[in-house]
Amino acid sequence: MAQGGDQIETLGQEVRVTFKLDERRLRHRHAAETRFRFYGLLGIALAVLALGVLLVTIVAKGHTAFFQSRVVVDVFFDPALIDPEASGDPKILAKGNYGAIAKRSLSALFPEVSGRRDKRALTRLLSDGAARELRGMVITNPGLIGSSQTRSLLVSDDVDMLRKGHISRDIPETQRALSDKQLAWLDALAEEGRLKSSFALGFFTSGDSREPELAGIGSATMGSLWTILTCLLLSVPLGVMTAVYLEEFAARNRWTDLIEVNINNLAAVPSIVFGLLGLAVFLNVFGMPRSAPLVGGMVLALMTLPTVIIASRAALMSVPPSTRDAALSVGASPMQVVLHHVLPLAMPGIMTGTIIGMARALGETAPLLMIGMVAFIVDVPDGPLDPATALPVQIYIWADSPERGFVEKTSAAIMVLLAFLILMNTSAVLIRQRFEKRW
Amino acid sequence: MVAMSVTTDAPLHGAATPAVKIVAQGVDVFYGDKLALNHVDITINNHEVTAFIGPSGCGKSTFLRCFNRTNDTIPSCRVSGSVTIDGQDIYAPSIDVARLRTRVGMVFQKPNPFPKSIYENVAYGPRIHGMASSRTALDEIVESSLYRAGLWDEVKDRLSQSGTGISGGQQQRLCIARAIAINPEVILMDEPCSALDPIATAKIEELIDDLRSQYSIVIVTHNMQQAARVSQRTAFFHLGKLVEFGDTEQVYTNPAEQRTQDYITGRFG
Amino acid sequence: MSLTILLFVLLGLSALAFYLGRQRAVMAVGGELRRLHSLPSYHGAYVAIWCSVPALLTIVVWAVLESHVADFLVVGDLPESYTGMPADAKGLLLNDIHNLANGLNTGGNIKPAVQAAADNLVRYRAIATAALTIVALAVAFLGLLYARRRITSAFHARDAVERALSILLIISSTVAIFTTIGIVLSLLFESIRFFAKVPIYDFLFGLQWSPQTAIRADQVGATGSFGAIPLFVGTLLVTVIAMLVAAPIGLMSAIYLSEYASPRLRAITKPVLEVLAGVPTVVYGFFAAITVTPMLREVGAGIGLDVASESALAAGLVMGIMIIPFVSSLSDDVINAVPQTMRDGSLALGATPSETIKRVVLPAALPGVVAAILLAISRAIGETMIVVMAAGLAANMTANPLQAVTTVTVQIVTLLVGDQEFDSAKTLAAFALGLVLLLVTLALNVVALRVVRRYREIYE
Repeated sequence: MAQGGDQIETLGQEVRVTFKLDERRLRHRHAAETRFRFYGLLGIALAVLALGVLLVTIVAKGHTAFFQSRVVVDVFFDPALIDPEASGDPKILAKGNYGAIAKRSLSALFPEVSGRRDKRALTRLLSDGAARELRGMVITNPGLIGSSQTRSLLVSDDVDMLRKGHISRDIPETQRALSDKQLAWLDALAEEGRLKSSFALGFFTSGDSREPELAGIGSATMGSLWTILTCLLLSVPLGVMTAVYLEEFAARNRWTDLIEVNINNLAAVPSIVFGLLGLAVFLNVFGMPRSAPLVGGMVLALMTLPTVIIASRAALMSVPPSTRDAALSVGASPMQVVLHHVLPLAMPGIMTGTIIGMARALGETAPLLMIGMVAFIVDVPDGPLDPATALPVQIYIWADSPERGFVEKTSAAIMVLLAFLILMNTSAVLIRQRFEKRW
Repeated sequence: MVAMSVTTDAPLHGAATPAVKIVAQGVDVFYGDKLALNHVDITINNHEVTAFIGPSGCGKSTFLRCFNRTNDTIPSCRVSGSVTIDGQDIYAPSIDVARLRTRVGMVFQKPNPFPKSIYENVAYGPRIHGMASSRTALDEIVESSLYRAGLWDEVKDRLSQSGTGISGGQQQRLCIARAIAINPEVILMDEPCSALDPIATAKIEELIDDLRSQYSIVIVTHNMQQAARVSQRTAFFHLGKLVEFGDTEQVYTNPAEQRTQDYITGRFG
Repeated sequence: MSLTILLFVLLGLSALAFYLGRQRAVMAVGGELRRLHSLPSYHGAYVAIWCSVPALLTIVVWAVLESHVADFLVVGDLPESYTGMPADAKGLLLNDIHNLANGLNTGGNIKPAVQAAADNLVRYRAIATAALTIVALAVAFLGLLYARRRITSAFHARDAVERALSILLIISSTVAIFTTIGIVLSLLFESIRFFAKVPIYDFLFGLQWSPQTAIRADQVGATGSFGAIPLFVGTLLVTVIAMLVAAPIGLMSAIYLSEYASPRLRAITKPVLEVLAGVPTVVYGFFAAITVTPMLREVGAGIGLDVASESALAAGLVMGIMIIPFVSSLSDDVINAVPQTMRDGSLALGATPSETIKRVVLPAALPGVVAAILLAISRAIGETMIVVMAAGLAANMTANPLQAVTTVTVQIVTLLVGDQEFDSAKTLAAFALGLVLLLVTLALNVVALRVVRRYREIYE
């Protein structure tokens, strides 16, 4: 029985015996304790590390997208190429051959370049967007025609990537995106101080594009805005009303139980299933337009509804019954009690829950893919019925693109998305802290 | 029925058991900046029941918790002064708290059996300390502990039933059995009967009297009659100070301090 | 007029109705407001409701029916040669007509009959819009008149308005039910159509997944096999990897945070976990594709293992990271629910904190922890973007995490993104997969709930 010590069996009397084995066992137990605590800390450390690696990678890859390379050239706004008859008609101005103007301004710096191949290689250093920018300049200010100005033009994404260090000069020419000659020209331009980086406003304002240097999140952001707005306008009233009904008015019977079970189940349904619902019902049965933020908003609203309901119910439940009793005792009807007393007091909690729900909806991609918001959208949508895409979907589309230039765009878009989310979540926390009353 | 007991650390092997078990000198307990116990000196004798009485919030439970260092779990709590058990300072850095608690057991105010079977509840302590090398040894420990706690006859047929499924009084006796199973030298009881009905209380008081022969017992109670019934020595605390300490009979019939007299006669508290 | 303008007009009309109703109420008691049962605003609201609600309902019903009625009429107007077309071709034709009517260029030659149909469609739409305007405004007007007539000094306007509000509340509560019904019905409906083309046995137990269907009847190599087992295996593989990452880390974090951590550590770690939970899954997918996959390939090459460029391991790892906060917060709740006295009792017996956790706290919290893990599994199974971007499209039936696999959710996306004719087995298969997904996740949910209810320790 007792190990390592004497044992004496008696009736009723006891003998104290020392337990020598105890020391080792106690040491083992304490060692186990230390190990256990270490595992706990390890778990936390791994989670923090994962987040850190994620954020650092994204920022490292994305921060360069906020700056774009440009080349400073002298541009001659040749009237022959823009408006040969000097009509001044904006339609004719819009159709001018700005590509040639851009081409010539660059080739003017390298008069020695000849031959079609070399000339084309030189032109390819410029972005297609350069011509567009020139057009914009002339249309805003037709007085530029015939003058020579110093302007900075957008360069192609290969040049941009080279300047940002993503293209290595060491690999053989055949595997490189830029030939040796092109590198030589770029070096010459750099020596003259003609290559510079400027803030990439276009990233925030333009829509999608096949060319990485022209692609921006403008249309996707507006699309997201319209979608979330629709989602908000649909899910919040419906959700709050449902919560009010279930919490304040409904009797506890089978039907309300059913609704509650239903809501809890809906909260657990994968988001892609809501996309399937949107596809089958909104697009096919109701015949609503594909790729429209309205439909996307409706789908996301259904998905967010359980969250809003549950959060609103919690907020309503936290209002003490004494408030309701007091209101009733001065003769308010049950509806008035809710509208005038309970709901205002529950508002901070409801708002917090709503913001958190919207933040989640902002990051959702799969349901929007299902209803077709994955099209190539160049123009910024004007309203909820225009075809649009959303920011997370844009990220998904760009992530698939093979051009190197899109990697930094995707990362930068992610940074913008995360910034929005941080903003929303922080405001939710602030609202909760400032307005939530402690009873 | 064999009564086997095995203990972990015996400071005096084979010698006669000493008269004085615990000595506390100059003990101060702080919660943050607040002084909860002010310079308490007390001696607890072996094989005796010592009662701590006093109004709510006077610090008696806090002081009790110093004896098995349960105050350690409260982050803002600081204990200064000396507490020795059998001459060993239990607050020395070299002291193994886990081992200390096998010598000083505790029963709480609200019975807190584990959500396990009755058997497992009692077997928990011996298991983790490796006191039983075989299942039969464990069975014996469980049986003798339940027997000594006066619960064996009532539960011997349902040892696999959940410990939370028995009555409040039985649960408390289960907790006492659980504490006894690791064979401590001292048993601390923090208002053990306050959540129980009078009949269960009576049973526990009887049990305390039985247990006195084998353990030293310190009981905190706000029930003065109970203290008078079960204890041999009584300490009266008030506002964090030990006001009076002496033989129970003397404290109740002829207290030295006016405050003690006022408390006992129900003037306050 | 366009829909938006119509809605604004209705809004204006309702405001007018409100004013008129209020006016009428005040006049009915000659200015002595005390004689009214309800405040004048309630009377105004009553009239406004009667003005706006019937009109809105008319608009909604009209909008839903309009496109179908218009399509029906247009198709009916098509010459004989078109009426005998098979369903898929008819769908395409309708698409073309719609595009033309919307002013989009369909490219290529446009047959005159089709152009005529498009013109017809435009005409029908214009008629419909005009008619809708008239009808809606008429309904609004009638409603206004009717309601206004009912206002007398004794009229219980507040009751009527509150009754209307209650009805509104009840209706909004049914939206949740209708959503569920909608989901179930739409999935079921399309799945049944799918199972008419591909037998359910082949789908659930088939081992070959290559979903190609013939677009034209004479297309070669168009036999599609829709055996979903490779998808289930792939989903399972990725889920297992994810849980192997998330469960230990999540659980140990939760234990440490609730049992050992100082308030300062808690204050730092909780927000970190919340951020992890808030990162959109598409970001995780990008991270998996851009960072994790190359890293795994390098490590693999270093050890001598061949890691595919789209591997289950990469997707599983990142998915695991995403689920960590899920497991952690749910476990944290159940661990904290174990009463402190239980821990005190164990510590008083001389147990170390880890022994207390392992032998007392966790067993008591076990049902909740199991439920948390089941819910996490359900989340992992339903996850889409991470696997779309990091796992592959190859329906590979393998237990090797270094290879590319595909999952149910990836296939749903692949089958449906892009042009589709709505009746082919390919697109219907996506709904069948969706149905399976829904049933499995719901089942896991129900089981998790049951586990908590049945085995939950009642501490009182």
